[in-house]
Amino acid sequence: MGSRGSHAARIPDADSIRRETGFSQASLLRLYHRFRALDRNKKGYLSRMDLQQIGALAVNPLGDRIIDSFFPDGNLRVDFPGFVRVLAHFRPVDDDDSSMRDPKEPEPLNSRMNKLRFAFQLYDLDRDGKISRHEMLQVLRLMVGVQVTEEQLESIADRTVQEADEDGDGAVSFLEFTKEMLWCPACIFSLGCAGVVCSQHMGVNCTEGFHLCFQ
Amino acid sequence: MEGAELAGKILSTWLTLVLGLILLPSAFGVSLGISEIYMKILVKTLEWATIRIEKGVPKESVLKNSASVGIIQRDESPMEKGLSGLRGRDFELSDVFYFSKKGLEAIVEDEVTQRFSSEELVSWNLLTRTNINFQYISLRLTMVWVLGVIVRYCVLLPLRVTLAFIGISLLVIGTTLVGQLPDGSLKNWLSELVHLTCCRICVRALSGTIHYHNKQYRPQKGGICVANHTSPIDVLILTTDGCYAMVGQVHGGLMGIIQRAMVKACPHVWFERSEMKDRHLVTKRLKEHIADKKKLPILIFPEGTCINNTSVMMFKKGSFEIGGTIHPVAIKYNPQFGDAFWNSSKYNMVSYLLRMMTSWAIVCDVWYMPPMSREEGEDAVQFANRVKSAIAVQGGLTELPWDGGLKRAKVKDTFKEEQQKNYSKMIVGNGSL
Repeated sequence: MGSRGSHAARIPDADSIRRETGFSQASLLRLYHRFRALDRNKKGYLSRMDLQQIGALAVNPLGDRIIDSFFPDGNLRVDFPGFVRVLAHFRPVDDDDSSMRDPKEPEPLNSRMNKLRFAFQLYDLDRDGKISRHEMLQVLRLMVGVQVTEEQLESIADRTVQEADEDGDGAVSFLEFTKEMLWCPACIFSLGCAGVVCSQHMGVNCTEGFHLCFQ
Repeated sequence: MEGAELAGKILSTWLTLVLGLILLPSAFGVSLGISEIYMKILVKTLEWATIRIEKGVPKESVLKNSASVGIIQRDESPMEKGLSGLRGRDFELSDVFYFSKKGLEAIVEDEVTQRFSSEELVSWNLLTRTNINFQYISLRLTMVWVLGVIVRYCVLLPLRVTLAFIGISLLVIGTTLVGQLPDGSLKNWLSELVHLTCCRICVRALSGTIHYHNKQYRPQKGGICVANHTSPIDVLILTTDGCYAMVGQVHGGLMGIIQRAMVKACPHVWFERSEMKDRHLVTKRLKEHIADKKKLPILIFPEGTCINNTSVMMFKKGSFEIGGTIHPVAIKYNPQFGDAFWNSSKYNMVSYLLRMMTSWAIVCDVWYMPPMSREEGEDAVQFANRVKSAIAVQGGLTELPWDGGLKRAKVKDTFKEEQQKNYSKMIVGNGSL
């Protein structure tokens, strides 16, 4: 009771989460409230169904894949630290990361590499480190639904894998994936996020756009 | 004995005060100005509290000015722009970025769930329930808060409960008595008087201050009145300024008693639960009601559920298929003095009423709007959307296309198919295979 409203104490391990993810105190608090709001039965963790009940997520063609990224390794539950860890990938890139960072510290979750890893695992369904043609087809199918024929989809998948595949093994490894991504001709001037994204590319071929502006 | 006598004296003085200062003026629709003075003092105190908080708190912790600011700044560009569809493009591996970003945005904050939690306030209004982000500031502020608690729970609450009790009993007794009379203009006049008096008493029971705008557009007989829904109190607020015929399900318990009593005095439309499922039956009965020009206008809330008063959600088309003139009404509550939103999954009716009665006051604006009818070539859905926009604009609320029932049910697949269609058009439709 009283006018004491600071609830950081209620978030377990708030300090270590903050260090690991880089969220500000205020953002963390709001995400905690969001976590609690999604956890309808007050279990203390989120299940797949809690996320599936979000309307805008259920209509997202990649909704299931996104939900999968919260439950790695066959887990059935995600607690608050796990929840925030996934969201931390979407913090804007810190521009001073490469030169001034202490190399002994683990890479921040919102670095370009980690963002690309996140995108990679949306494709790599079996988590074997390679995107096979079959996996590519499956993700494509999710994005287009029933609107495109099997032949058209196969030719798109074949073309994409061929373009990206350098060592000829018929699959796209993470390294090959990053080479496709990091090349962004308009992005030579790397812009930090102050609500400004790479104005020419707005999210394509450019991890600058792969972030949410947490305020 | 002494104690009992004393208690008896206090009770009787209390009741006479209540009678004199509140009940009689309500019956005649006259205001003594006590609530205005109360509101002025309240506003001054809250302003003082806000200034204290702003002085005491470092800059970053103060919430931004827009009360419904979200956790993230959303990128609302449509799919074509988000995927850089300026040229006819093929599938790129990075397309997945767009969808995952949209998906994560929805996880962090989605429009629908947001509308079902109470609006966040920019400055604290000395109620613990709105105290999410504020920290301890000063002793004086805490003292004022404690004083506030005492005033609210020990002075206002008993007064309000008494009033509510009196109001409801008067309503039941009054309408039953009036119901005994034969049909005629006297009966109608008396029933109006009873309804209005009891509603005014109940509004005082909540310390409600209501401003009515554009009274010339008040709904007329034989029309349908349509409003946005925030809480069960909406009904009270509208009926204080005019009599309506209500539509709803028959309940049991106290609500059922009130319903049965009210229907004796003037014709409301109550349905059994089984009848509600039959849409044709419902439409037929409502049509019959408005066809009779002498009957009171029907009051309907087309959203179907309580929304938190920052937005207007999809209007169900059923009410707009009946025909007749629609009189839209916009209701906007001022959350500074008390949050009227009923979060039915969080609070049941009794705890909701208790929260209402221990808030400072319920302040709201009601705008009556010019009547609208369905135009040629417009179907019910388009008409519903037109009315919805008008209400949203008038009340200063945002407009959402989503169905309020989404908080309970799963969303339809058609929305997903639409997105898939858009995307397919981009990567295949441009013939760039």
